[in-house]
Amino acid sequence: MLPEAAAWLIIGLPLLAGVFSIAVLRPWRRSLWRYAGHVGIAGTGAAFVLSLIAVNGAMGNGDAGYEPHAWFAVGALGAQDGFEMTVGIFLDPLSAIMAAVVSGVSMVVQVFSLGYMRKESDDANGEWSDYPRYFTYMSLFTASMLGLVLAYNLIQLFVFWELVGLFSYLLIGFWYHRPAAAAAAKKAFIVTRIGDFGFMLGILYLFLNRGEFTALGLNPFEIPAILDAAPMLSAGVATWVALGLFAGAAGKSAQFPLHTWLPDAMEGPTPVSSLIHAATMVAAGVFLVARLFGLFEESAAAMNTVAIIGGFTAVFAAAMGLAANDIKRVLAFSTVSQLGYMFLALGVGAPGVAMFHLFNHAFFKCLLFLGAGSVHHSVHTFDMRYMGGIRRWMPITYLTTLVGGLSLAGIFPLAGFWSKDEILTTAWSGSHAANSGVSQLVFWLALAAAFMTAFYVFRLIIMAFHDDFRGGIDSVPHEERIPDEAHHHVHRHESPLVMKLPLLVLAVFAVGSGFVANSLVDLGPVPAHWFSHLLHEDAPKFNIAIALTSTLVAVAGIGLAVLVYGTRTVSFDGLGRLWRFVHRLLVQRFYMDALYEDLIVRRALYRGLFLVSDWFDRRIVDGVADLAGWLGRNSGRAIAQLQTGHIQVYGVGVSMGAAVILIFYLMQR
Amino acid sequence: MLERLLIISAILFCIGLYGVLSRRHMIAVLMSVELMFNAVNVALVAFSRYTVPAVNRLSGSHVGMERFVLEGQTLAVFVIVVAAAEVALGLALIIALARRRDTVHISDLNTLRR
Repeated sequence: MLPEAAAWLIIGLPLLAGVFSIAVLRPWRRSLWRYAGHVGIAGTGAAFVLSLIAVNGAMGNGDAGYEPHAWFAVGALGAQDGFEMTVGIFLDPLSAIMAAVVSGVSMVVQVFSLGYMRKESDDANGEWSDYPRYFTYMSLFTASMLGLVLAYNLIQLFVFWELVGLFSYLLIGFWYHRPAAAAAAKKAFIVTRIGDFGFMLGILYLFLNRGEFTALGLNPFEIPAILDAAPMLSAGVATWVALGLFAGAAGKSAQFPLHTWLPDAMEGPTPVSSLIHAATMVAAGVFLVARLFGLFEESAAAMNTVAIIGGFTAVFAAAMGLAANDIKRVLAFSTVSQLGYMFLALGVGAPGVAMFHLFNHAFFKCLLFLGAGSVHHSVHTFDMRYMGGIRRWMPITYLTTLVGGLSLAGIFPLAGFWSKDEILTTAWSGSHAANSGVSQLVFWLALAAAFMTAFYVFRLIIMAFHDDFRGGIDSVPHEERIPDEAHHHVHRHESPLVMKLPLLVLAVFAVGSGFVANSLVDLGPVPAHWFSHLLHEDAPKFNIAIALTSTLVAVAGIGLAVLVYGTRTVSFDGLGRLWRFVHRLLVQRFYMDALYEDLIVRRALYRGLFLVSDWFDRRIVDGVADLAGWLGRNSGRAIAQLQTGHIQVYGVGVSMGAAVILIFYLMQR
Repeated sequence: MLERLLIISAILFCIGLYGVLSRRHMIAVLMSVELMFNAVNVALVAFSRYTVPAVNRLSGSHVGMERFVLEGQTLAVFVIVVAAAEVALGLALIIALARRRDTVHISDLNTLRR
């Protein structure tokens, strides 16, 4: 079993690596800037090893049972209104496996970044100047996520939750000199903040109702205490707290209607997108709900909300992915859709299944993004319309992306198949769900999303890798290029080894993580349903009918993609006006961005609310401030009239004053 | 008797104060200040004469022989001395001002304002 100090080091080592890069390397050791990446990899890798030890320990013992440490206390402990704030590590199988995924994926992504960021690091400040900054953000991002995962206390979790938001902001806006990147970073920060507002309201509601906890002798902010107390809580408390936390989770995990930030977050460096989409940031929302699942379980309303939002998002985002031309945007919509899958699984009462999908998704989505980065390394554009035929000179990238795509589409026996199948089986049976009707509904939504997923991922693969080469960056019209791409040219070569190696490692996981981690039968050292049992959950029974249906649906999606984009035997153009309307709707992302930015922000806020607050600020706030200044100046001016400089006038004042005091004194007697 | 002397002292003091506050000519102001000093001197001597307890006033081996302890009177002499010095200094200042600023009117001297 891991000692507690070592568990703290899981957070501490990446933190140390990040601080070392920015506080020592960056200012003092210019010649060593190029090794900032190695520092980050070492820190994250050490955390990964510790996490693996933690997983190993959790297999035997379950909860590590570290005692929390007192942070501060308010009021008298034990009294009605007194409470104590604690910090600590909550290391149970769930957080252990999550920590391993986070640190492992982060390490692989940082290895890939060694190669990918190389070409990006020559700028006006000289060679390697972006290296320390990049790897500092990466390490601190990872440390924040690990802190979130291991938090004992809801407040502690919230602090790290916000830190994850901060570092995602810094990483998405890494190329801050590009207006699009700066705007995307701001958007990610603000949209997730809207969700976090709900999170905070949930915490406040919990705090207001802390009497229900103190009556049980429990601390309302400690996660294990919340899970213990959940069955005893009154229904309103459980529902509102759960919905508040879900608002935060929906913001972080880009669920409808707070999904708009994720596609824009593609402006960051590709490995950053990979990390955000695979293990950190977006996984935080799913993790939060899984972490506090005991609370969600107590409220049918919360469970149904989670299931329906998840199911709807799965279809909604997949539909937008059908029409996107930017390879990273397709993958971004895919992530939103897959996260919808995970919420759907949570909503129908299967946190273990949701975590299993998160586990598998981390590998194949990370792989797909790194593949996109590898492609960009060669053709210097993300627009699939200018790709094609890349498999001829990037065989490794092509094959690994194909494996990732098949896994995402859910083709037997790759990783994605197993977790998707478990989700569908759970939803179909509805045995754990709060409402079997909702469960059935989301089953059909999930099936529709599975079809679209298979279609868009193969559209991506065919458009990017098959067919004839359409010129890469060299054929992109100059007005469409972003400034940094302007001076690049296509280099028809495979990526260097540091980029291929992570792809190959992830491809192995994308094939095997589903089958090995949660297999149906004993596999030598790995017992059957290892993953589910680790999370103390019974895996849903394998249902051959559902497995066949989902496979057929996925194959149908792939087949349609091949017919439309590969052989071109089927075309949508014949469908006429309806098709054009649908296509426009999808390209415009259901006008959600337009709704938010034009209607709500520009019209309602700029021309409405902000005018009022502007008026209030100018008139009332500034007015009060001006009044204070005016009063001081003019009362001073009036009093200054008394200062004549004539000594006799002063003498009169002194005499009168003395006389008044004297008279007053005499009258007192 | 003390009351009458104090009333005289107060009247003198107020006349002096009035002079200080109202006269424009600096020498007149100085003279008024002298008047205020002397009002104080009257009060000092009167207090000394009438309020110092008899025990302190009677001393020495000859009982019945009155010996006055002249504290107030001594202080009055001091005041006269200081007033004389003050007048000397004040007149010197007035002459210096008259030479430098060409005025002896106190209302012309308002540079304190700046």
